[in-house]
Amino acid sequence: MKKLRVFAFPYLIWMVVFIVVPLLMVAYFAFTDSSGAFTLDNVADAGQYTNIFVRSIWLAVIATVVCLIIAYPLAFLLSRMKKHHQGTMLMIVMLPMWMNFLLRTRAWVTLLGNTGVINSILGVFGLDSVKMLNTEGAVVLGMVYNYLPYMILPLYSVMVKIDKSVLEAASDLGCNSVKTLFKVVVPLSLPGIMSGITMVFVPAISTFIISRMLGGGSNLLIGDLIEMQFLGNAYNPHLGAAISLVLMVIILLIMTIMNQFDPDDQVLM
Amino acid sequence: MKKLGKIYITLVILFLYVPIFVLIVFSFNESKSTTFTGFTLEWYEKLFRNDIIISSLINTVLIAVAASIISTVLGTFAAIGINSMRKVPKAIVMNVTNMPIINPEIVTGVSLMLLFVFFAARMNLEFGFWTLLIAHITFNVPYVILNVMPKLRQMDPNLFEAAQDLGCSPVTAFRKVILPEIMPGVVSGFLMAFTYSLDDFVISYFTCGATSQTLPITIYSMVRRKVSPEINALSTILFVVVVIVLIVKNIIENRRYRNTASGKADY
Repeated sequence: MKKLRVFAFPYLIWMVVFIVVPLLMVAYFAFTDSSGAFTLDNVADAGQYTNIFVRSIWLAVIATVVCLIIAYPLAFLLSRMKKHHQGTMLMIVMLPMWMNFLLRTRAWVTLLGNTGVINSILGVFGLDSVKMLNTEGAVVLGMVYNYLPYMILPLYSVMVKIDKSVLEAASDLGCNSVKTLFKVVVPLSLPGIMSGITMVFVPAISTFIISRMLGGGSNLLIGDLIEMQFLGNAYNPHLGAAISLVLMVIILLIMTIMNQFDPDDQVLM
Repeated sequence: MKKLGKIYITLVILFLYVPIFVLIVFSFNESKSTTFTGFTLEWYEKLFRNDIIISSLINTVLIAVAASIISTVLGTFAAIGINSMRKVPKAIVMNVTNMPIINPEIVTGVSLMLLFVFFAARMNLEFGFWTLLIAHITFNVPYVILNVMPKLRQMDPNLFEAAQDLGCSPVTAFRKVILPEIMPGVVSGFLMAFTYSLDDFVISYFTCGATSQTLPITIYSMVRRKVSPEINALSTILFVVVVIVLIVKNIIENRRYRNTASGKADY
């Protein structure tokens, strides 16, 4: 078997050049100024945007919680269906994911706009139009809509493995349905909950498309901030790198906290 | 209780599909506003005469095919090599491999952009097809490795040696013993890489430069302009393509399932 190790060499070189070195460059840019001298100014400057960091974490947390609340009963119901129905239902639930996510997000612009579909329908009933687009609520809605399947899939895949007889045993031993839920189903589905939370939270906290399209200019998130430093008017890769580094640290911290709850260390996958 | 469950499932499905159906309805709308005035195919006509969309579609497919083939080969060999490593180096390599999957896409995109800018300044390299291809291979390989790895772990490590003891050359032993065992993982890794590559926006956005565009990037520039019903037409076409692909896939899988089921009955 030892001989087989050489097969990994081409990839190891690729990995060092295109994964390790770029990440080191992010760190290098974050701690240097444009002349290449060491500085902590970029990290300090990133501190100016505390309100944006707080907003990003807050909106991502709300979106993750809403996804969990919607997805949990759905995944459970799916996992209790007849086997041949499950495949079809799962396909129906996952199908919107296959649409380009820019187009999916754009659809909500048509729905939520001031002259959009929902407001036109309200108008028919003689109701005043409601400002829905360019609000924080619209950003959360966009996150929930785009990332809901990421929550459903891991939940479903652990719940399918919960044997029907386990639930029956719980009720035979005197559990009512609420007690069965909290004493049996939730503990058994914990790995799915954990990976669902990470799979929704990470893209939600780092998005820049959803906030730009549904949040207008006033609801900037960390992602927007980073994008502006690299491709926008505010071109400053040093500050952008510092913000990216802070974003990675935030995510790492939250994942470490999540890992504390997970018995199998499977959160990352 | 059962009825309540059905109502709940229906509500969630409605939430997922209403936006898509609104797009489809408005792709046939005569006026650009959000009130339906009459049926037209104008936006589809305009879409097919849009050279930028056609060329970026070709570009997207080219990059997805090239990136997924290269990353499947690179990733399969990598998985075989990593699998035979000792415990500590294996853990280090796997942790680094997981990085592009765990990291937010925007960080991967930005880090690659910094690397390419560095090379571009020194080696007369331009952002475009090559930077896109490298970026796509980089985020695809980890998915291939993660699909192949479990198959290798299931395999008996002595099989490869046994084949050689029985007179196979290492190459033949690889082709006849290892490859058939891990093939399902290789195929699913390839498919995953291909679809991720087709659909990627964020990483491409930071690594494509001005000359080489993929379809998601063209879509982004169209979406930024407030009113463009061509977008609705494009969404409709993509949706129909996706539905057809998934139905065909399902039919093939069902047939295969039935074949293996009947095969077992014969046995």
